[in-house]
Amino acid sequence: MAVVLILVLLVVGSLLFHVLSPWWWTPIASNWTYIDSTLVVTFWITGIVFVAVVLFMAYCVYRFRHKPGNKAAYEPENRRLEWLLASGTAVGVAAMLAPGLIVWNQFVTVPDEAQPLEVVAQQWLWSFRLPGVDGKLGRSDTRDITSENPLGLNRNDAAGLDDVIVEGGELHLPVGKPVRVLLRSIDVVHDFYVPEFRAKMDMIPGMVTYFWLTPTRTGTFDILCAELCGVGHPQMRGTVVVDEAADYQTWLDQQQTFNQLLASGEQQPAN
Amino acid sequence: MVEIPSGSADAVPTAEVEDVELYHPKSWWTKYVFSQDAKIIAVQYSVTAISIGLVALVLSWLMRLQLAFPGYFAFIDANHYYQFITMHGMIMVIYLLTALFLGGFGNYLIPLMLGARDMVFPYANMLSYWIYLLAVLILVAGFFVPGGPTGAGWTLYPPQAVLSGTPGGSDWGILLMLFSLIVFIIGFTMGGLNYVVTVLQGRARGMTLMRMPLTVWGIFTATVMALLAFPALFVACVMMLFDRLLGTSFFMPAIVEMGEQLQHGGGSPILFQHLFWFFGHPEVYIVALPAFGIVSDLISTHARKNIFGYRMMVWAIVVIGALSFIVWAHHMYVSGMNPAFGFFFATTTLIIAVPTAIKVYNWVLTLWRGDIHLTLPMLFALAFIVTFVNGGLTGLFLGNVVVDVPLSDTLFVVAHFHMVMGVAPILVIFGAIYHWYPKVTGRMLDDVLGHIHFWITFLGTYAIFFPMHYLGLLGMPRRYHELGDTVFVPPSANTLNIFITVMALVVGAAQIVFLLNLVWSLFKGREAGGNPWRATTLEWQTPQTPPAHGNWGKDLPVVYRWAYDYSVPGAADDFIPQTQPASGGVTREVVA
Repeated sequence: MAVVLILVLLVVGSLLFHVLSPWWWTPIASNWTYIDSTLVVTFWITGIVFVAVVLFMAYCVYRFRHKPGNKAAYEPENRRLEWLLASGTAVGVAAMLAPGLIVWNQFVTVPDEAQPLEVVAQQWLWSFRLPGVDGKLGRSDTRDITSENPLGLNRNDAAGLDDVIVEGGELHLPVGKPVRVLLRSIDVVHDFYVPEFRAKMDMIPGMVTYFWLTPTRTGTFDILCAELCGVGHPQMRGTVVVDEAADYQTWLDQQQTFNQLLASGEQQPAN
Repeated sequence: MVEIPSGSADAVPTAEVEDVELYHPKSWWTKYVFSQDAKIIAVQYSVTAISIGLVALVLSWLMRLQLAFPGYFAFIDANHYYQFITMHGMIMVIYLLTALFLGGFGNYLIPLMLGARDMVFPYANMLSYWIYLLAVLILVAGFFVPGGPTGAGWTLYPPQAVLSGTPGGSDWGILLMLFSLIVFIIGFTMGGLNYVVTVLQGRARGMTLMRMPLTVWGIFTATVMALLAFPALFVACVMMLFDRLLGTSFFMPAIVEMGEQLQHGGGSPILFQHLFWFFGHPEVYIVALPAFGIVSDLISTHARKNIFGYRMMVWAIVVIGALSFIVWAHHMYVSGMNPAFGFFFATTTLIIAVPTAIKVYNWVLTLWRGDIHLTLPMLFALAFIVTFVNGGLTGLFLGNVVVDVPLSDTLFVVAHFHMVMGVAPILVIFGAIYHWYPKVTGRMLDDVLGHIHFWITFLGTYAIFFPMHYLGLLGMPRRYHELGDTVFVPPSANTLNIFITVMALVVGAAQIVFLLNLVWSLFKGREAGGNPWRATTLEWQTPQTPPAHGNWGKDLPVVYRWAYDYSVPGAADDFIPQTQPASGGVTREVVA
């Protein structure tokens, strides 16, 4: 009897915890509300299955627990019931997978008007690069990295000279404009993670990975590293500020371009 | 269901082969230490695995203390924290769960349940254990070398695993870990080939494949999978060793480490991830399938009812085993691999939910109209179903590629895999130990201690891992030794973290009760007799308990029926052993 009661309480307790507990996702700040919706659909379907299975089990224990003289039924198979349950499960799975794949298709299809933004990770620092007036990012290579050229830009690529470089500082983004986030690492695997954006992606040294998003509200958000990158992993923090267009432009005008960075490096030769 | 008139379901005749000539021990050393008896080897595997598992348990206490009270315990600095999580994960997955299910339960149950005298290659079987022990010792040596064990996380992702920013990366830690894994795989291969050949060649007369208990089906399929999956880990370890020791660049692209250009170039870190998860995902089922098999037999025996849908259960095990080789990249949705892979792997991953769900349905339908004895094995089986259903369902979040994106690398993942491949299989291990301990030792485990152990373990682990999902949903990342200041995590989350830690300490302490029970009952437990659970399968029909070397007396058993003849209408008892010929009364049989 205690077993039945505890199984029922476990179901009720889990549901109450789900509804009443204060721990839930952060208010979203990007266009990926579809991800949240798919999550909610998944919660409903899986929640119903969980409640049904555990309560059914509790009922079986209540109804068919051993009493003297009891004898179990003998029923090796029931093809009809088994196929029915399998088909029902397949339908439930499809109901989660279909919207999931549709949203994934949006996730991997970057809109043409998305502006590029490069995030460069190293142990344990975030840097950023934005295209200059030409709207293009110049070429880069880990082999080109020096103390004056921390992101390894190619000095002979004209497209890179006007690139805006933010080394270790805050990142600003204009609200409502889609961004194609290009991710690069110069040492180990990192992961660019802003909980409010929902999207995240690993950054692999030797290749450029990407995702896209449109920031949908202004505010200041934490950037965290979400892939174990050594002992400083939890300290690898950054800040992204989503601005109105005018504020964004003001910030952008204050940043250094690659050209300016090289010039200042030449004025102060290394000791 | 096909009904067959009595008499026509006799043993399937197999070719007459001469009895195996076993090496009988001549001294105490060859009987108890360098033993070739699968039952002794099983106990050796189990004791070693549980001992190293206790180390992992203590490590989990330490990391939970750090998470609840960051900075309070001075000896748990960031280096140590990462070493603890790495060793905890690796020990639990490989050196405890894999070794205990296959080396422990596999060795004990395969020959006994199939009516064999021993494994077909007893000498290789003995070597397998000693090589496993060597692997464990190399692993433990990591704690005593300069720099300590590796802190690369159990996934050992390069390049960080072999660089100086990770504990043990430029010292001995990572080398010992890789050596230990390589040695483990060599040892496992010897044992694994043994299990497979014994299942295929060593069965008693009449024991057709479709009469085998599901326990053997689960262990057999898992072993085949392990033999196919571990080589991927093996080569990955060898390649990483070359990168670290010989300066090759299999996994190492051009890297600037702390401002210095390294002499590597052209390698691919993501190649390691593919190799690792090509092993790593089947590994989940290498642990889960034996648990599926064992729990089926526990439920059937203690509900006094045949397992519902036996054939479907066998095919579900085989289909899950096959599918698990084409889902590995669902661990890599946000790894930066070509995003088009997401469509394929999300589809295969969610398809695997169907055979898995069938297994769950058949377990609970076995309870339906049963005669449920709430023994400790049955309680653990019920707890397993609750835990496994919970953990399996959260797998549908993480397997559905786009839902995985916000949850990946958060505590949601930690909660999910602990539920589904940590707690759930361990509950089955406990249930199985309460079930088979009487056969191994001849004595019953104590019921009162068992109930204390059961309730704290079941409810405690649920209280640890159920709320943890919500911290992940909140966005709390995993593998942080301290969260520090954030905008998005409310202070109440730390209260929950403290609660989880307290529960973890309590659950850990409850395992001491279990260990006490194991030792106390060995000497003082109630005498069990040969078949205390009134079970049908062959291991309960041995002439001696514990079974002697060679398992059976002069003659090998002959099998006349499947493993699930419980509560057969018309039969005098509520169970008919597999060795009982089909005479008198009505025998119903599922024909394969």
